[in-house]
Amino acid sequence: MIVETGHFALVLAFVLALIQSVVPVWGAVTDDRRLMQTAAPVANVLFVLVTLSFAALTWAYLASDFSVVNVWENSHSAKPLIFKISGVWGNHEGSMLLWVLILVMFGSLVALFSGNVPAQLRAAVLGVQGWITAAFLLFVLATSNPFERIVNAPIEGNDLNPLLQDIGLAIHPPLLYLGYVGFSITFSFAVAALILGRIDAAWARWVRPWALLAWVFLTLGISMGSYWAYYELGWGGWWFWDPVENASFMPWLAGTALLHSAIVMEKREALKVWTVLLAIFTFSLSLLGTFLVRSGVLTSVHAFAVDPERGLFILVILCIFIGGSFTLYAWRAPLLKQGGLFAPISREGALVLNNLFLTAATVSVLVGTLYPLALEAVTGEKISVGAPFFNLTFGPLMIPLLLAVPFGPLLAWKRGDLLAATQRLYAAFGLALVAALAVFWLWGMKQVLAPIGVGLAVWIMAGSIAELVTRTRIGEVGLSRGLSRLVGLPRSAFGTTLGHFGIGVTLLGIVMSSAFQTELVRTVRPGDTFDVADYQLSFSGLAPRQGPNFTEQVGHFTVRQGGTEVGVLDPSKRLYQARGMPTTEAAILTFGFSQLYVSLGETRADGAADIRAYYKPMITLIWLGTLVMSIGGIISITDRRLRVGAPKPARAKIAGLSPAE
Amino acid sequence: MTRKQRRLTLIGAAAVVLASAAGLILYALNDQIVFFQTPTDVVAKQIPSGQRIRLGGLVEEGSIERSEDAKVSFRVTDTANTVPVTYVGILPDLFREGQGVVTEGIVGPDGIFRADSVLAKHDENYVPKEVADALKAQGVWKGDDTTAQ
Repeated sequence: MIVETGHFALVLAFVLALIQSVVPVWGAVTDDRRLMQTAAPVANVLFVLVTLSFAALTWAYLASDFSVVNVWENSHSAKPLIFKISGVWGNHEGSMLLWVLILVMFGSLVALFSGNVPAQLRAAVLGVQGWITAAFLLFVLATSNPFERIVNAPIEGNDLNPLLQDIGLAIHPPLLYLGYVGFSITFSFAVAALILGRIDAAWARWVRPWALLAWVFLTLGISMGSYWAYYELGWGGWWFWDPVENASFMPWLAGTALLHSAIVMEKREALKVWTVLLAIFTFSLSLLGTFLVRSGVLTSVHAFAVDPERGLFILVILCIFIGGSFTLYAWRAPLLKQGGLFAPISREGALVLNNLFLTAATVSVLVGTLYPLALEAVTGEKISVGAPFFNLTFGPLMIPLLLAVPFGPLLAWKRGDLLAATQRLYAAFGLALVAALAVFWLWGMKQVLAPIGVGLAVWIMAGSIAELVTRTRIGEVGLSRGLSRLVGLPRSAFGTTLGHFGIGVTLLGIVMSSAFQTELVRTVRPGDTFDVADYQLSFSGLAPRQGPNFTEQVGHFTVRQGGTEVGVLDPSKRLYQARGMPTTEAAILTFGFSQLYVSLGETRADGAADIRAYYKPMITLIWLGTLVMSIGGIISITDRRLRVGAPKPARAKIAGLSPAE
Repeated sequence: MTRKQRRLTLIGAAAVVLASAAGLILYALNDQIVFFQTPTDVVAKQIPSGQRIRLGGLVEEGSIERSEDAKVSFRVTDTANTVPVTYVGILPDLFREGQGVVTEGIVGPDGIFRADSVLAKHDENYVPKEVADALKAQGVWKGDDTTAQ
């Protein structure tokens, strides 16, 4: 009964989404206040209905109701509670339902928190959200119904893919979806602006918090996915340039460009047409990502079930939304007035440079991801595009961008002074040089690129602080005055600093862990002691252990440094009974920012085991850096100017353009 | 600077960045991609030693030999031809005899394939698509019931 209620709520939501697609947009175009007013309540009811539906599916999982096909295929009564809950989206149908849930949640948030947006724009935005919601609800109902029943209910379920039975499943997909789907709001704002045929600086101010929010979640989602792959797959790698990873990385790159171009638009009314294009492009990449991952075009742990019908359906949605919005853009964008003039050396110029490189990098990743698919479709030839391709294309495009990062915030709007900015960065440059020389002195020619990489990372970190130093004039006015000026700075200044600082931190982690890691592959017997970097590991043997729904062989290693014991490592090989599937559980010890990583390979009858051991210096900085970036993003969202509506004078100035409220 | 000059600077910068991106992509697509080959391709095409390829097929029954320090050798077959492979490292959990596998590496002068990565399946139902297609081409594909990917 509860399951049927969930299904019914979903059908009802679809009907409401259709209403939301038409009525408010019609109202916005004809300037009919009553029609526009339907948008917000409908968006809220949609959220309630889809939440009900999602709750019903969750209940079926908690109750292990195996008469529901989806639960039977992906759950098991012995599965721990947390995985019963996260298992709801550990399959195709459930994860699409989560996608829709997050979509309508954002719609509801727009309805609740955009009181300062003109009624016409707001109604049109929610209407466009309605289009996306209706399309994806139809997809779920027609091809991926999670509420389907079996006539003769089995007694036990098939269990969840063991790779997914991890806390990562509870965190990574929701975060990633919040990011992916969050960009639907910026898309809707862009399409709404095109429909209404007008756009101004205030538009950028309304859009930026949503773009920032989506970007923060996407950053965290990608980072979490990377860490999950790192500890779960047992290969010690954290990024593989796998098409599935690229699918999430492309909207991130485009979204980062969007954040920056929206600043230009907000402050200077320039780059309007470009910002709208980027907003459409970013969400198009999110849709492309959903298509690549969910359609089964790519085979990976993310493609739960391949059904050509589903792939085709998402492809059709993709074509309609991407094709439709770009057509609308080509038709309506010339109506939007260009504004704001600036010299090439200026804050705007720096942000344009940022956009150029980020877009070019996005395109290089896009080509690397789609080329193998296109080639196979056309010629039937199978190729793989891996890390070497991206190192040669993405890498060189990132270096000039990263070198330029510290300059951007130091240049003035309209016309900047490159020399003055350079002078303010002398200290940062000095620090970077010292760091590079120190690395060179310690390790010499062994790793030629490491000093350059470390220097670049320190340059970005020190350079991003240079802006705060400059703005507080801490060197001239003394520490206490300087600190009080620091407190008075707008929060977006801290956001920028942290965002840029985080990139430096991540880069430092990438360079250090890849240049100076120690890797060891060997066979160990009980009693063996061996060295990994500065640590001595003693293997004392394998022991069996019984888990809730698996059995495992656990290897026990004692870790010593200079004779004192500093920890133990217990990597294991598990066998999940329901599917008869083995998995490798790596053991990790963290020392400061560095990690010792051991994973178990083949075990033998005489108690010997093949192992792979790594020492990865400063590797956690990779993920800590993304955390710093995200905190920067959150601080930027709380900036006062984004919370209040458009300031009165500005509104008066554009009164002729903006709709009457 | 006049408005026109400013615009030209902007367009010029964009052109330079995009052209270098395009150049890099084209160069990398020529040089850095890896072709997928079946054992029959390796034998028939006389792939020069030192060239990087992806070799896919089934792990031949009874061919896996393990020695000290995680060295392993096995043969990859598409039932018509087989190629011997060596690899040092931890094999994926689902690497088994008679199952599909994709390995990446180079063919040595002695005809032995030196793999530096071995990819097996993500879950027990999954067969790499390249392998499934190659097996279908050889007519030894055993039905789709086991490949609900």
